[in-house]
Amino acid sequence: MSPRTPGAQLPEHPDWLWRTPDPRRSYDVVIVGGGGHGLATAHYLARNHGITDVAVLERGWLAGGNMARNTTIIRSNYLWDESAGIYEHALRLWEGLEEELDYPLLFSQRGVLNLAHSLQDVRDSVRRVEANRLNAVDAQWLDPRQVKEVCPIVNISPDARYPVMGATYQPRAGIAKHDHVAWGLARSADAAGIDLIQNCEVTGIDVTGGRVTGVRTSLGPIAAGKVALCAAGHSSVLAAMAGFELPLQSHPLQALVSELLEPVHPTVVMSNAVHVYVSQAHKGELVMGAGVDAYTAYTQRGAFHVIERQMAAALELFPVFARAHVLRTWGGIVDVTPDASPITGLAPVDQLYLNCGWGTGGFKATPGVGWVYAHTIAHDDPHPLARPFCLDRFTTGALVDEHGAAAVAH
Amino acid sequence: MTPQPFRLPDGGRISRGAPLAFRFDGVAYQGYRGDTLASALLAAGVHQTSTSVRLGRPRGIFTAGVEEPNAIVQIEAPFPEPMLPATTVELYDGLVAGGLPGQGRLATEPDPARYDARYAHCDVLVVGAGPAGLAAAAAAARTGARVILADDQPEPGGSLLGTAEIPDWAAETGSELDAASEARVLRRTMVFGYYDDNYLLAAERRTNHLGSQAPSRLSRERIWHIRARQVVLATGAHERSVAFAGNDRPGVMLAAAARTYVNRYAVAPGRRAVVFTTGDSAYCAALDLAAAGVDVAAVVDARPEPGGAAERAARAGIEVLAGHAVTGTSGEPRVASVAVRALCAAELTGPAREFAADLLLVSGGWNPVAHLFSQAGGQLRYDAGLGAFVPDGCRQAVRVAGAARGVFDLPGCLADGAEAGRRAAEDAGFTAARPLPPTSAAGSAERSAPSAHLWVVPGPDGFGTHFVDLQRDVTVADLARATGAGLRSVEHLKRYTTAGTAHDQGKTSGVLTSGVIAQLLGVEVAELGTTTFRPPYTPVSFAALAGRNRGVLHDPVRVTALHDWHLAHGARFENVGQWHRPWYYPRDGEDMAAAVARECRAAREGVAFMDASTLGKIDVQGPDAGDFLDRLYTNMISTLRVGMIRYGVMCRADGMVFDDGTVIRLAEDRFLLTTTTGNAAAVLDWMEEWLQTEWPDLRAHCTSVTEQWATVALVGPRSREVLAGLAPQLAVDACSFPFMAWRETAVAGIPARVCRISFSGELAYEINVLPWYATALWEALYEAGRPLGITPYGTETMHVLRAEKGYPIVGQDTDGTVTPQDLGMGWVVSKKKRDFIGKRSHLRADTGRADRKQLVALLPQDDVLLPEGAQLVAGDRLADPPVPMLGHITSSYRSVALGRTFALALVRSGRERVGERLYVPVGEELIPVTVTGPVLYDPEGARRDG
Amino acid sequence: MLLIPCPWCGPRDEAEFGYGGQAHVPYPEDPTALTDEEWARYLFFRNNPKGPHPERWCHAAGCRRWFNAVRNTATNEILAVYRVGEPRPVIV
Ligand SMILES: Cc1cc2nc3c(=O)[nH]c(=O)nc-3n(C[C@H](O)[C@H](O)[C@H](O)COP(=O)(O)OP(=O)(O)OC[C@H]3O[C@@H](n4cnc5c(N)ncnc54)[C@H](O)[C@@H]3O)c2cc1C
Ligand SMILES: [Zn+2]
Repeated sequence: MSPRTPGAQLPEHPDWLWRTPDPRRSYDVVIVGGGGHGLATAHYLARNHGITDVAVLERGWLAGGNMARNTTIIRSNYLWDESAGIYEHALRLWEGLEEELDYPLLFSQRGVLNLAHSLQDVRDSVRRVEANRLNAVDAQWLDPRQVKEVCPIVNISPDARYPVMGATYQPRAGIAKHDHVAWGLARSADAAGIDLIQNCEVTGIDVTGGRVTGVRTSLGPIAAGKVALCAAGHSSVLAAMAGFELPLQSHPLQALVSELLEPVHPTVVMSNAVHVYVSQAHKGELVMGAGVDAYTAYTQRGAFHVIERQMAAALELFPVFARAHVLRTWGGIVDVTPDASPITGLAPVDQLYLNCGWGTGGFKATPGVGWVYAHTIAHDDPHPLARPFCLDRFTTGALVDEHGAAAVAH
Repeated sequence: MTPQPFRLPDGGRISRGAPLAFRFDGVAYQGYRGDTLASALLAAGVHQTSTSVRLGRPRGIFTAGVEEPNAIVQIEAPFPEPMLPATTVELYDGLVAGGLPGQGRLATEPDPARYDARYAHCDVLVVGAGPAGLAAAAAAARTGARVILADDQPEPGGSLLGTAEIPDWAAETGSELDAASEARVLRRTMVFGYYDDNYLLAAERRTNHLGSQAPSRLSRERIWHIRARQVVLATGAHERSVAFAGNDRPGVMLAAAARTYVNRYAVAPGRRAVVFTTGDSAYCAALDLAAAGVDVAAVVDARPEPGGAAERAARAGIEVLAGHAVTGTSGEPRVASVAVRALCAAELTGPAREFAADLLLVSGGWNPVAHLFSQAGGQLRYDAGLGAFVPDGCRQAVRVAGAARGVFDLPGCLADGAEAGRRAAEDAGFTAARPLPPTSAAGSAERSAPSAHLWVVPGPDGFGTHFVDLQRDVTVADLARATGAGLRSVEHLKRYTTAGTAHDQGKTSGVLTSGVIAQLLGVEVAELGTTTFRPPYTPVSFAALAGRNRGVLHDPVRVTALHDWHLAHGARFENVGQWHRPWYYPRDGEDMAAAVARECRAAREGVAFMDASTLGKIDVQGPDAGDFLDRLYTNMISTLRVGMIRYGVMCRADGMVFDDGTVIRLAEDRFLLTTTTGNAAAVLDWMEEWLQTEWPDLRAHCTSVTEQWATVALVGPRSREVLAGLAPQLAVDACSFPFMAWRETAVAGIPARVCRISFSGELAYEINVLPWYATALWEALYEAGRPLGITPYGTETMHVLRAEKGYPIVGQDTDGTVTPQDLGMGWVVSKKKRDFIGKRSHLRADTGRADRKQLVALLPQDDVLLPEGAQLVAGDRLADPPVPMLGHITSSYRSVALGRTFALALVRSGRERVGERLYVPVGEELIPVTVTGPVLYDPEGARRDG
Repeated sequence: MLLIPCPWCGPRDEAEFGYGGQAHVPYPEDPTALTDEEWARYLFFRNNPKGPHPERWCHAAGCRRWFNAVRNTATNEILAVYRVGEPRPVIV
């Protein structure tokens, strides 16, 4: 009988997490959506701005949306200065978040490899690495041999259909455990006196004279001085309630896990060209993401041929995975913008705030978003890091086109 | 080899004439064909297969099927495979396996097996070949409907396989279906996924059970993609346990599993058993075990009034303790004794009794297997009578029959199945032409008593060994801690404790967990709801899902008609989209730089040729073709004269460059466009989209002719000589055949369309012929050019040549954020046309900015070859980060013609900076570069006519 | 894998189709007459409803025709398909 495998266990959650309060009639700030971003915003409203007369309204169970479904890749090696600014800010916060929240987040800076499979991939990758370095984002370009040193199971054979021609590597990047992150933020917000209200769906947004006054919910109306949207895949539905539209399309995005396996994969590997993203999580399961389904949907499930393609691509890169098994697949709803960059800032309605469009890659931003968005809400003025991500950019044309770095990148 | 002390002398569906040798945890054993690894281990007296993951407690075989939480094994030979339930591994000769506490292990060598897929359509898909499924399939098949019956076992029968006597009709129905021309029975096939529009996925184990005897020509596993008009789910039910102290010891087993081991595998799972039940079904197990010679010490029934089944057991001499519960077990590691007390209104009363026993059978009720139904989008409803979640409504064309919807008696299942099968066939448009199969089986007249719902048996001290999830080691105490932390949602409680997240995905533990949580929170189970079931129902191997789509079949490789020639002449290839294109042709001992320098020199000084067949080609025809192209290209196309060629750029509606290429006018109403290699399909899609959805009134049609033409670019000051020699009818002088004109003529006797297009600035021709003449043309050119030193060149040389002329490559020098004006190609953007796609966007504030990034060339100091992708900064000293970046290098080469290195770059206000010095950080250095206009070679265009 | 009823070919697997987003967004008659805001709406803003959604599909690996479908984005149920130029059916 094999010995018990160390590391196959996660640290325990604490003995106390949060209250289950009834909603009050009115709050200074109502946050719609209790995912990672809503909870981080609540945490930083209290921590950085002393604002605690806050409710987070969640239609289901706390952090049960994309926060519970993502593949937890954290990195900041985005191409454009604007993106590097906000994601690197987030990564710095990640580096102190366990302490800040006094919660084991299993934040593991095991590095992320983004593989290049064509000469153009190589150019794009070097471009990103060089830009990252000038933005003080740790980034390296690795040749195939160096890729193999970082992740020995990657197939670097030149005979592969799309051979690995190198990779960008961000050593400070990594993964964390999403539930722990959400719960750590929730516990902190709750402890500050913020009400986390579950099973409370926002069904209407009240606007009087161009200014938001409150929300209607499945638990009754709630008045609010300010309303901050954090509804990820459902953002368009909420914007419609307030009478405006967003340049978003909500797509299914799927992921899967294998059974628990002895450690084989020490880092995180992403390949945009063949659409696979894989890491081996703390208990030993392989965690993989695929591409988005082509059409919009709110079904929280995708089509199977996407998974099959992803498996074929995964085995091209990692032949040793052949007899691993898919244990569970699932889907989330990701809100995708035309330029693959988020929208965060002011809404076309006074005292209403927008945070959406993080698409396939908003987990990594969680603390950064919370920080920046709390600032935006508290000051009724976008945080400097948020300014480029205003809604207005679609009118001026000043997009932050991250398709190269973010296309379906987590 | 250890004997099989627990093998019963007769019975079972095993082949005693086919003994199989295997090893488990280093010990040699023997079993029979027809065994599972689990049944063979039990026959040898091995219950414990591993220790638990968190607490390290001994754990044994708990079930006889896919729901197994404990007996998870690692296969070592014939090929390593992680984490299979021993209860699902069909035994084969030479199997080597070991118990696993937590993590499985992957092989380090490549998997030699093959995997494939099949696609099937049917009128009625029946999932599960138990009584309900067999009845459903037979009923549907008799209407003439195309039926597929899939079951994960090697033979039909389902739960009947675990009973003492299998009715003849089960086998008969199986044979009837096998014989029916429109029916297909898929054995060893697990339906694991239920997607939209009745699309179901199944995994067939084709040779797994043969071990090293598996013929290599057969695929090991096959994924079935089944589109069914109607689906009948007859997936049965899983028995569940009860949470009591020490309910995890080896020797504790679900009652129906023990019955299966006795009847199907002829294995006694113990010598002396206690049965703990909350309903009638466990009595069958008790009686079957007793009949097989197992000493059944007592049936402990939580119900105060157990009814007829209990009377039957008592008549058979088994002690029945009504209104009692098992309160604990002891024994190391295996159960040696079982403690029992009376249970009254959830309180234990009276004295404890101890029974010596090496086997404790538990039956805490049945959970309908509703996984596929839930995946299909079906709603589940808590049935308080059954104490389980049952299927409710579903939008898809699906029915559930038998135990899967809470019908547990055999006659009921048969009738239910037949009805579901008949109705499914009817809904698919068939009517019963032949009599339907009999739907009644002998029912029993016995007075049955409803099941009790008992989740937790209290005490004796605490709840630390009351396991709900054996695989994740989750106890009632853990759940209590989670509710104590404030959690209320089942999802949170499961995540807090990790209950239900293990390999078995909570098949036996899910409902029990909900029951315990409901009790802890003082709410109804119905209020809590259940978690959503996700595909796959049981784990599926990556390799099976990847199927044949690996290696060269991963994505088709496209090659041109000249590919064999390139191979024979030592070309190195580059992937461009799906194409393999010659990158360069090194000669003996040459590195890439030397080869490219030689190829460039030939093109600039003599003659060279390349295979340009991969360029996308689209034939556009119709009276409105010119108008149509005017709307798509930024420049004017309709004014092009027949016989002439124009370069054109297409933008997306956002004004950014999308593609470029040449347009040649073949006739008044006919154009041929070329696109970049990688974009050919996208451009055709784009054109068709506009044509069909926006301008259906335009009389124009598009056809891809990329593969219908082979294209050879013949380049260099001496190209005219080569062409003239091969095309005697063609007047090749620059007056008769000017730049940007095309002619039809015979080249080397081959009908050809020759275009005077140059992507290098040199005199050049593009010769288009039908692809089956490509090699003949190519070889004729090679022969004719040989005296002039004609040189084949690849994409790298092409890139250098065009860059020397400042011609951008879409996708390399553009990135989706670049307008034609940014490229310095304002001249290709018509000011006269009222509109073209992208025009309006060029008027937006941001696209009009003067400080946009613009394409320029850079001359690096000291002949440094700059890395493509490198960034540009202003000063000769790096500021503190974030360092403002002015742009980046898109292309960079060493030029023979210029005698130096150079680069193209997109630079902020680039055109204004011509003459300025900028810096490129490379490693720790800052390389100075001078900004110049993008055209470095022959700016006057003197060379294009030769 | 949706089963999409192409109005020209009949029901086919989703994998044969390309998705084209919201239907009935005509290219503006005269783009230069639009304000930047109006042009931005045309470029980047598409309905994203949870519920019935008229949208465009192209039977790319079949007849290559574009057509319209009304699909419920909350369930993926296709409520109607109709050819380009035909009016959007009333879904009750
Ligand atoms: C499969 C998958 C993999 C991913 N992988 C990664 C990755 O590796 N790295 C990465 O950085 N990002 C990843 N992402 C993206 C990331 O998960 C999201 O960008 C991020 O979680 C979005 O922010 P959130 O946590 O607040 O969203 P959510 O957790 O979705 O929160 C939004 C909440 O709003 C609630 N809500 C919606 N409407 C209402 C209403 N009317 N009333 C009340 N509440 C409402 C929802 O129920 C939900 O809980 C992935 C996403 C998916 C789906
Ligand atoms: Zn069609």
